[in-house]
Amino acid sequence: MDAQSLISISLRKIHNSRTQRGGIKLHKNLLVSYVLRNAKQLYMSEKYAEIYRMQQYEEVMTVCNEIQELNPLDLAEDLATAACSAAALALQNGELCKESDSAFFRSCCAEAYPVTDCDLSPLSAVQCNKTTVLDLDTHVVTTVESGCLYQDCCAVQCQGAQAPAKKRKYDFGYYATESEEVPDFTPCKRARFEDFYCPHSEQLDTSNISNLISIFGSGFTGLVSRQADSEFSLNGQFCSKQTLASLGAWTRAIVAF
Amino acid sequence: ADIISTVEFNHSGELLATGDKGGRVVIFQQEPENKSQLQCRGEYNVYSTFQSHEPEFDYLKSLEIEEKINKIRWLPQKNAAQFLLSTNDKTIKLWKISERDKRPEGYNLKEEDGRYRDPSTVTTLRVPVFRPMDLMVEASPRRVFANAHTYHINSISVNSDYETYLSADDLRVNLWHLEITDRSFNIVDIKPANMEELTEVITAAEFHPNQCNTFVYSSSKGTIRLCDMRESALCDKHSKLFEEPEDPSNRSFFSEIISSISDVKFSHNGRYMMTRDYLSVKIWDLNMESRPVETYQVHEYLRSKLCSLYENDCIFDKFECCWNGSDSVVMTGSYNNFFRMFDRGQKKDVTLEASRESSKPRAVLKPRKVCAGGKRKKDEISVDSLDFNKKILHTAWHPQENIIAVATTNNLYIFQDKLN
Repeated sequence: MDAQSLISISLRKIHNSRTQRGGIKLHKNLLVSYVLRNAKQLYMSEKYAEIYRMQQYEEVMTVCNEIQELNPLDLAEDLATAACSAAALALQNGELCKESDSAFFRSCCAEAYPVTDCDLSPLSAVQCNKTTVLDLDTHVVTTVESGCLYQDCCAVQCQGAQAPAKKRKYDFGYYATESEEVPDFTPCKRARFEDFYCPHSEQLDTSNISNLISIFGSGFTGLVSRQADSEFSLNGQFCSKQTLASLGAWTRAIVAF
Repeated sequence: ADIISTVEFNHSGELLATGDKGGRVVIFQQEPENKSQLQCRGEYNVYSTFQSHEPEFDYLKSLEIEEKINKIRWLPQKNAAQFLLSTNDKTIKLWKISERDKRPEGYNLKEEDGRYRDPSTVTTLRVPVFRPMDLMVEASPRRVFANAHTYHINSISVNSDYETYLSADDLRVNLWHLEITDRSFNIVDIKPANMEELTEVITAAEFHPNQCNTFVYSSSKGTIRLCDMRESALCDKHSKLFEEPEDPSNRSFFSEIISSISDVKFSHNGRYMMTRDYLSVKIWDLNMESRPVETYQVHEYLRSKLCSLYENDCIFDKFECCWNGSDSVVMTGSYNNFFRMFDRGQKKDVTLEASRESSKPRAVLKPRKVCAGGKRKKDEISVDSLDFNKKILHTAWHPQENIIAVATTNNLYIFQDKLN
């Protein structure tokens, strides 16, 4: 079964549990949320890998075509060469990283916005400058000189969206309606949850899934942080050592500036 | 509403209590042994039936509280009456079950049917006497322990001091005194300050069989914590943590679900404890925290079916497990009305089926075999033809004899081993 159908099944289970007799079962919903997280991580990494690879291919083709058209000026050549080599390396690294994708990623950039919003043209990508990135797993600070790619531009967007992502709370609060909590807490949260749901039907459109994932993902800081460190560090070591034009490092790194 | 939700023998094994989804408790009593029939021990017949819990509505939270009996635990017998604790999601009740086989007759002011006589018609006086009557078994609620649990109660366990007991819900464990209903001590609280940071819940808890200061609780993450109440009032810090490292080659979407422990039981001698997760039963030595000493696969053939079991919710089934009286055999349920027994000493295991079709009364149960793949032999059942609606979640073993009680969805089966 693919990640997307697992996600929709899990969300349906959580939705149904709210109308079950006896109240929401905390244990079952916690277990479902684990499946949801696992599926979401795989879905995200597959999605990014796909987009990244498509991006890379287009870029390489565009830049290579441009090289043929331009005068052999030093500037263009350096830029083009750097872009080409970086792109080629990225493609290669993209393959390597893909194999290790079966482990679980922490994608903070993903939390901020849905996948579909990332729509960058190869041309704009080439114009980016230096970027400094901190890898959360290895604490390695790396700077990408030129020939910046997908992740740097997204990183710029990330930065802006990062503050709200931290503040946005998807809460478990509606499960545990204790008297010690704010009395009108529950109705508010329930309404908000429903905002992101297809309010009109039981069916969840796949187009809404990426929205739901990003909303859902922002709150499970506890779940995410408990992941086995070994999984992350292995991927971190593997990818961050390469140039930053690699998918793995991008999904885990936050932008310093 | 007839769905059996718990099964428990009392300390002598003479009584067997079952609770169901409709809030009822049915108690069976073993008939005295028939000396002429040497082949079998007494049969179990219905002794008492009563409504323990009713559905309730929490108006503050707009929640319905199910009347389903989650657990029954017997108290050791101290006098002629029997006592048991039964619990639903929120309230624990102490029930007294007593027999009445005599009734007073010959009142002066009352007729036999209870109507009052006109005093002017009384001409002689007599002393009322007790006369034998048909046995009547009465159940009366003696204590109601309410309002101490915000989350759903999953376990109760009577302490070996016979004065206190614990009740556990998803996030807390409370300690009660059997005589006191308006107060309860919280001894474990794993609720995080921010519920978003919740990563695990308590799934079962039990007192040690002879150390009254020791209890264990299991978690949804597959860990068991042993706590000593002498260390501090709040036992958030465990004395021992039992955890087996996960096998990375078995990692899947559902790893967290199948590692969640559904039941934990101490052995009668108190040296071991047994845990049940979705696919296996593990025996732990209380002196070794790093890994279990024995692991038994209940239905490993289900590992490749986890996706469909997740879809149909079967992966959330909470199977229980139990020890025999001598701690040499452990038993647990499975699907298709199968249940499994593992003989620890002889390293043998058997799969049996509880169903009317497959066994007539007094017939010996035939061992079953599930074919995981490849060629199916005769008498084997393939994984795909298993009925996942027929599940055995609750089993119990007589404390002294080889008599077992196995609950299918709607029926209770009582088996005993063949003598000579």
